[in-house]
Amino acid sequence: MLRYVLKRLIWLLVVLFGLCAVTFTLSRVVPGDPAAAYLGPRARPEQVELVRKQLGLDRPLYVQFAYYLRDLCRGNLGESLRTHRPVLQGILEHLPASLELMFVAITIALFVGVPLGVFSAKKENKLVDHFIRLFSVANVSVPSFWLGMIFQIIFFRWLGILPIGGRIDTVTALLHPIEKITGFNIIDAALTGNWEAFWSVSSHLVLPAITLGAYSTGLIARMTRSTMLEVLREDYITTARSLGLSEFEIHFVHALRNAIGPTLTAAGLCFASMLTGTFFIELIFFWPGLGSYTINAIFLNDYPVIMGVTILMALFYVVVNLLVDLLLAIADPRIRIQ
Amino acid sequence: MRARTRNYSQALSLILRNPLTVFGLAIIIILLLLALFAPYVAPYPEQGRGLSNLQERLRPPSLKHPMGTDNLGRDLLSRIIYGARVSLKAAIIVVLIVIGFGAPLGLIAGYFGGKTDELIMRFADMILAFPSLLLAIAIVASTGPSLLNALIAISVPWWPWYTRLVRGQVISLKEMQFVESARAVGASRLRIMFRHILPNCLSPIFVQGTLDMGYIILCLASLGFLGLGTQPPTADWGVMVNDGRAFLLTQWWISTFPGAAIFVTVLAFNLVGDGLREALDPKIRWRFQRA
Repeated sequence: MLRYVLKRLIWLLVVLFGLCAVTFTLSRVVPGDPAAAYLGPRARPEQVELVRKQLGLDRPLYVQFAYYLRDLCRGNLGESLRTHRPVLQGILEHLPASLELMFVAITIALFVGVPLGVFSAKKENKLVDHFIRLFSVANVSVPSFWLGMIFQIIFFRWLGILPIGGRIDTVTALLHPIEKITGFNIIDAALTGNWEAFWSVSSHLVLPAITLGAYSTGLIARMTRSTMLEVLREDYITTARSLGLSEFEIHFVHALRNAIGPTLTAAGLCFASMLTGTFFIELIFFWPGLGSYTINAIFLNDYPVIMGVTILMALFYVVVNLLVDLLLAIADPRIRIQ
Repeated sequence: MRARTRNYSQALSLILRNPLTVFGLAIIIILLLLALFAPYVAPYPEQGRGLSNLQERLRPPSLKHPMGTDNLGRDLLSRIIYGARVSLKAAIIVVLIVIGFGAPLGLIAGYFGGKTDELIMRFADMILAFPSLLLAIAIVASTGPSLLNALIAISVPWWPWYTRLVRGQVISLKEMQFVESARAVGASRLRIMFRHILPNCLSPIFVQGTLDMGYIILCLASLGFLGLGTQPPTADWGVMVNDGRAFLLTQWWISTFPGAAIFVTVLAFNLVGDGLREALDPKIRWRFQRA
C-alpha cells in the first residue's frame, strides 16, 4: 500500500509540474506586454521598462519559469491587474460560497441518483427503467446554464415560489445578519439559531444546487444502474432470495453495498469537476463565489486571476482524483497490486 | 470479411431495435439536413447570417416568426438553423483535429513500444489529469476569444483519448498474422503502420468520434455562452442563450429556443452513443467525461 501511495504522489508532482508549465506558457502568450497590462493604458515607456525589470520579464524564459515555480510554492499566485490585490486572497474569500453550493449539489445528486439507479436496475427493461434512463441521459446532456434559466422562468417568474438568485434575501441579511463561523451560510445560520436567515439561505440554494447537480445526478444514476445489474446476477443474490430476504433488503442492503464503489468514484470526480460548473451556475444565479470571481476576471482580461484560479482548481481536481483512487485502493486490494 | 459484415448488420439491427436510439438518429439526420440546406429551409436566410431587422425587435412566437425574434429583430428559427451549421461544422472539425493528432501518436506508441510508448502515454495521462473544460477556458481566455481558438482549446485536452484508443488497438493488431506477413515480405515500418494497421483501427475511431460529438457541441456552446467562442454576428447557440439573458423574464423565447436546440442535439448524440455502445460491446460502460 505504501508503495502505491508513493507512486501516486510522485505522479501527482509530475502532473502539477506539467500544469505549472501550461499556465506559465499561457500567461506568456497573453496578447500584449504583461508589464503594460499591469500599469494600465496611461503608463509611460520608462515606467513600463521599470516594471518589466521588477517583474523579472527581462530575464531568460527558464529563469522566469523558475521564479514562477518558487512563487507558486510560497502560495504567491500574483496579484490582480485590476484591484492589485493578491489573487490567493481573492480566491479564498470566494471559495466558501462555491463549496457550499457544491456540497449541497453533490448531496442532492447522490440522494436522487442512487435510488433511481437501483430502482431502474430492479425494473430492468420495464417502462419505468426506460423513463429513468431517459431522465439520466437528459441530465448529462442538458446545458447547465440553460437549465438554470428555465428554472428561473418557471419557479421565479411563473410560480413565484423561489428567489431568482443571490445567496440570501437583502432584507433578511440586514435584519438577521449571519455571524461568520465556517463561511458556509447555511451551517452558520443553523449553528447560531438564526432561523430567519436559515430559511432564506435554503430557498436561495435550491435552484442553483439542483442545476449544478443535474449532470452528476444523471451520471450517478447511470453508474448505479449498470453496476447494480452486474451485481444482481451474482450467486449470493440468489442465495439471499432463497433465504427469504425481502426485495428491498436484497436491493438496497446487499446488492447496493457491492455496487456502490464505482458510483462513489463517479461522485468524487463529479464533485471535482463541479468547480468548473460553478462558472456557469454562479453567473446565472448571481452567486458570489469563485465562479463569479473568475468570470469577472475573464470579462476584464485579468490574466493573473484567471491563471491563479486555473492552477488552484486543477490542483483541487487532481487531489480529489487522487483521494478517490486511494480510497478505492484501501477498499479493494486488487487495485494496488496492478 | 463476410464475418465482419455480419457483425455490422447484427449491430445495426440491435441499434435499430432500441426506440431511443432511433429517435436520436432521426434527430441527428434532421439536424444534418437543416444544416446542409440552411439557405433553403430558413425562413429568413439573411437574418440567419446576421442581418438585423430592428422594426421587428423582440416579437413573441407567431406564425410569421415561429420562435419569435431577438433583440435585433432577427428571426430566431432562422438563427437556430444557421447555428446548427456552425455547431455541427465546428464539432466535426474538433473531432478531425483530435483524431489527426491523437491517432498517429497512438499508432507510434503502440507500434514501437518501450521508451517511446512510455513517454507518449505518460504525456497523454498528464493531459487527461487536467480538468478539460477549465483548461479550454484558460486557453481561450489567454489567446483571445475566437472560434478558431475555441476549437483548438477544446482539442488540446481531448486528443489523448484517441491516443489511448488507437494504442490499444495497435498493440492487439501488431501480433496478427497479416502484419507478420507484411513484415516478412519486407514492407517498411511506415507502410505497415499506415497501410496495414491504421485502416483496421478506423471503425473504433469513428465510433468514438460519433460518441464525442455531443460532448464537444456542449463544450462549444459553453464557451460561446461565456463569449469565448463564435463571435457575433455569426449564429451560435451558446451565444444566443447568453444574448437572451437580459430579456429572460420579459422575452423568455430568446434564450429558451437556442438552449433547447443545444439540449436536443446533445441528447440525440448521447442516445445514439448509448445505442452504439450497447450494440458493439455490452461490457463497455459509460465513460466518465471530464467536465
